[in-house]
Amino acid sequence: MEDWKNGGFGLYLHWPFCQSKCPYCDFNSHVAANIDQKRWQRAYLAEIDRIGAETPGRLLNSVFFGGGTPSLMEPELVAAILERVRGTWVQANDLEVTLEANPGSVEAGRFRGYREAGVNRVSMGIQSLNDADLRKLGRLHTVSEARAAFDVARQTFDRVSFDLIYARQDQSLSDWEHELGEALSMAADHLSMYQLTVEEGTAFGDRFKRGKLRGLPEEDTSADMYQRTQEICEAAGLPAYEVSNHAAKGSESRHNLIYWRAGDYAGIGPGAHGRLTLDGVRLATEAPKPPGDWLQRVERDGTGELPRGAIDRSEQALEYLMMALRLREGLDLTRYERLAGSPVDARKVTDLEEIGMVEVSADRVRATAAGRMVLNSVIADLAGD
Amino acid sequence: MTQLDLIRNFSIVAHIDHGKSTLADRLIQSTGTVADRDMKAQLLDSMDIERERGITIKANTVRIEYPAKDGKTYVLNLIDTPGHVDFAYEVSRSMRAVEGSLLVVDASQGVEAQTLANVYQALDAGHEIVPVLNKIDLPAAEPDRIRQQIEDVIGLDASDAVLISAKSGLGIPDVLEAIVTRLPAPKGERDAPLKAMLVDSWYDAYLGVVVMIRVMDGVIRKGDRVRMMQTNAVYGIDKLAVLKPQMVDIPELGPGEIGIFTASIKQVRDTRVGDTITHERKGCEKALDGFKPAQPVVFCGLFPVDANEFEALREAIEKLALNDASFSYEMETSAALGFGFRCGFLGLLHLEVVRDRLEREYDIDLITTAPSVVYQIYMKDGTVQELHNPADMPDLTYVDHIEEPRIKATIMVPDDYLGDILKLCQDRRGIQLDLSYAGSRAMVVYDLPLNEVVFDFYDRLKSVTKGYASFDYAITGYREDFLVKMSVLVNDEPVDALSMMVHRDRADMRGRAMVEKLKELIPRHMFKIPIQAAIGGRVIARETLSAMRKDVTAKCYGGDATRKRKLLDKQKAGKKKMRQFGKVEIPQQAFINALKMDG
Repeated sequence: MEDWKNGGFGLYLHWPFCQSKCPYCDFNSHVAANIDQKRWQRAYLAEIDRIGAETPGRLLNSVFFGGGTPSLMEPELVAAILERVRGTWVQANDLEVTLEANPGSVEAGRFRGYREAGVNRVSMGIQSLNDADLRKLGRLHTVSEARAAFDVARQTFDRVSFDLIYARQDQSLSDWEHELGEALSMAADHLSMYQLTVEEGTAFGDRFKRGKLRGLPEEDTSADMYQRTQEICEAAGLPAYEVSNHAAKGSESRHNLIYWRAGDYAGIGPGAHGRLTLDGVRLATEAPKPPGDWLQRVERDGTGELPRGAIDRSEQALEYLMMALRLREGLDLTRYERLAGSPVDARKVTDLEEIGMVEVSADRVRATAAGRMVLNSVIADLAGD
Repeated sequence: MTQLDLIRNFSIVAHIDHGKSTLADRLIQSTGTVADRDMKAQLLDSMDIERERGITIKANTVRIEYPAKDGKTYVLNLIDTPGHVDFAYEVSRSMRAVEGSLLVVDASQGVEAQTLANVYQALDAGHEIVPVLNKIDLPAAEPDRIRQQIEDVIGLDASDAVLISAKSGLGIPDVLEAIVTRLPAPKGERDAPLKAMLVDSWYDAYLGVVVMIRVMDGVIRKGDRVRMMQTNAVYGIDKLAVLKPQMVDIPELGPGEIGIFTASIKQVRDTRVGDTITHERKGCEKALDGFKPAQPVVFCGLFPVDANEFEALREAIEKLALNDASFSYEMETSAALGFGFRCGFLGLLHLEVVRDRLEREYDIDLITTAPSVVYQIYMKDGTVQELHNPADMPDLTYVDHIEEPRIKATIMVPDDYLGDILKLCQDRRGIQLDLSYAGSRAMVVYDLPLNEVVFDFYDRLKSVTKGYASFDYAITGYREDFLVKMSVLVNDEPVDALSMMVHRDRADMRGRAMVEKLKELIPRHMFKIPIQAAIGGRVIARETLSAMRKDVTAKCYGGDATRKRKLLDKQKAGKKKMRQFGKVEIPQQAFINALKMDG
């Protein structure tokens, strides 16, 4: 069996436009006045055809519309894309089709259209349940708008998830505990909760460099916040199945599991990355970030991709290790050894086990709750020569 | 061959930065010895490190032809010598090969400790000395005051000091005239048997070992069979030349002349500096008084960061040693660091220079362990051991007592900083021998243990006096003291590379400073790490490096895989700069930085 089949196969589509740029966001997003959605449709369909021809007969587990703000796409565009997808690959019985949505009133009006197009899951960027903090994060919606949009989503889709950002400026542990309680009472089946990360090249990044981003929690506070989040969510029936992702049993994001289980995924759209195993060679694909650049390439060259690069077995093993340890289910040692050509250093595993960072059972090594808090070090340790 | 009365041999005595190399450059340039297009700054300093640091490490020489005002053309041989105390030995032997010295003093800064030490060496060698005041074009120049200072401090008549600016070239002709008129010509018998002093030798990649000589009596010619009187080895002269400063072949060298020869000598170690060279047949009877070979006074371990580079390190060290007989090495194994070398140096600058060259010229990342002086361990059975490495300290039950090397340190410092200097010397177990004034500068002389000076004394001296103090020392002998071995334990494992000998009274302070420093230098791990300093089984200082609490990337999806993988690869490369001790990784730099004290 080819290794990628352990993780499945998914399709990621990137919609690069937003109404405004959030100061913390380092994703490939752009603000544009006029978007010719028909032209974009032609480009997406052409790209689906191109990838489809390379991966005939594959079973498709997931489609994910990410961005940017994909809820700015016309439902007709989404419908046309999904129709082409259905005509290209064999669909899994439980095919997951997720669309990232902004929790505003305008977007909520399109939810029914998305459902009819074939979307069965939305992931909403609520980010905070505090109006003052929403403004600081540069979000255009209010808490009450978000709640209303969320209710529409709950009524429209079987599966709804939302994102929250915590460890924000001037946020105390008890502030967060309170907000988290409210979030849990909203009865989503999936929550993604990210500690605010100041990324280079963002407005927050610039402010941070100039010493103007004050009130960020100290390491101890953010560690406490993370720890409490795990405990509270676990008690509420939404345990973490990944570092920042929580779900009720069976409600995990199938799409993201493909990444963390090192499956294959086609990436379509500006700045999209992909991993495709073709003729036994695993390839990394990447598209240029500027939307106009990507469109032109698709129209002119018949591909939106930059030249592909092969990823050798040891690089694959490293990616698998780095991704799989983020998951509660952990790393399959036999699979790792098959990729790397040699097993994970048993002495290192034992050392990490001794200090309570990992546990080993049934041919798997998993990060413990303590280990997940310092996962970068655990990974670096296991990945070291 | 040149007539004796048309030869002048001299060296230049100066403190670092007082313009010695610039003056040498000007003398070479103004006499047309080197064409302008070939001229570069610090011409006589051939090593990169010399140019970069603005210091001279190896003695070098140049032969200058100078048409004097009296209408005759003179041959001037300049031997350029190092200024730093570590290389005092090179200075003393070079002085023996010449008859006079220029004493160069910065006209605003005045006499410094090193100047003093070198002037005394010149006087010991019987030199005529011409004082030269440099940088007189600077606004801060006070030639009259400095003249007075030279008379007060050195006891040298400076009324007819030559005033110059080496930088601008002002006064250079006066210097050349002074060399001819005020320095004595060498003496020697042309018809006597050959007697030449081996001044220096070095390894040249093309020529093999090059030997620098000063002819005292007789004549040496290309093709001659010569004998080294100490080693009794006989060689045939392949090449005879003078340095201008590039080699220019010459058929013969007579009394008073300085030049070089090659003779198929394999290693620098086969030549003894100070040896007397004579002809194989009809040689001279009595050799010149030799020199004591330079003794390494500071030892430290050099280990490759990457254990796989041990062979490369061995090769590099062997190559370096070919050209530096004052540097000693032997293989060493450390429980913590694996295979490496225990190396001996003339001082800390020498150590740094060798380490820099190994890292730079041979591209090997090194871990340098705590520098140590040589202790004499008197055993109860009456034997004496030399201790070069604290890790080799014998069991105390067999030790009667320990002696350590002491130095006589001379420090010159402006008044304002005198208090700081006295405190520094007291803190370092110093005993004041003398304190005197010359104008607004004080000269203090201290008896200090070398081990208190060897590491960061000079840095501290510079920093407490904002760079105004100067310092020189000479080893005076050994003395018993209450010395103990302090070991360091990281995560309960002894790190032998960090153990050191300390005075019992200073141990608590050093131990505390050491563990505090290590707490800063070792990155946090996934577990807490106790760091302890101990004497025998007794812990004298302890710190705990707390475990890291949070180190996890919040978001990592399909689009992040490539970037994060590359980041991980980079981290792996960074880890190569660390050494694993049990479960703890200690960065390469920590070994040397852990020893730096703030007080």
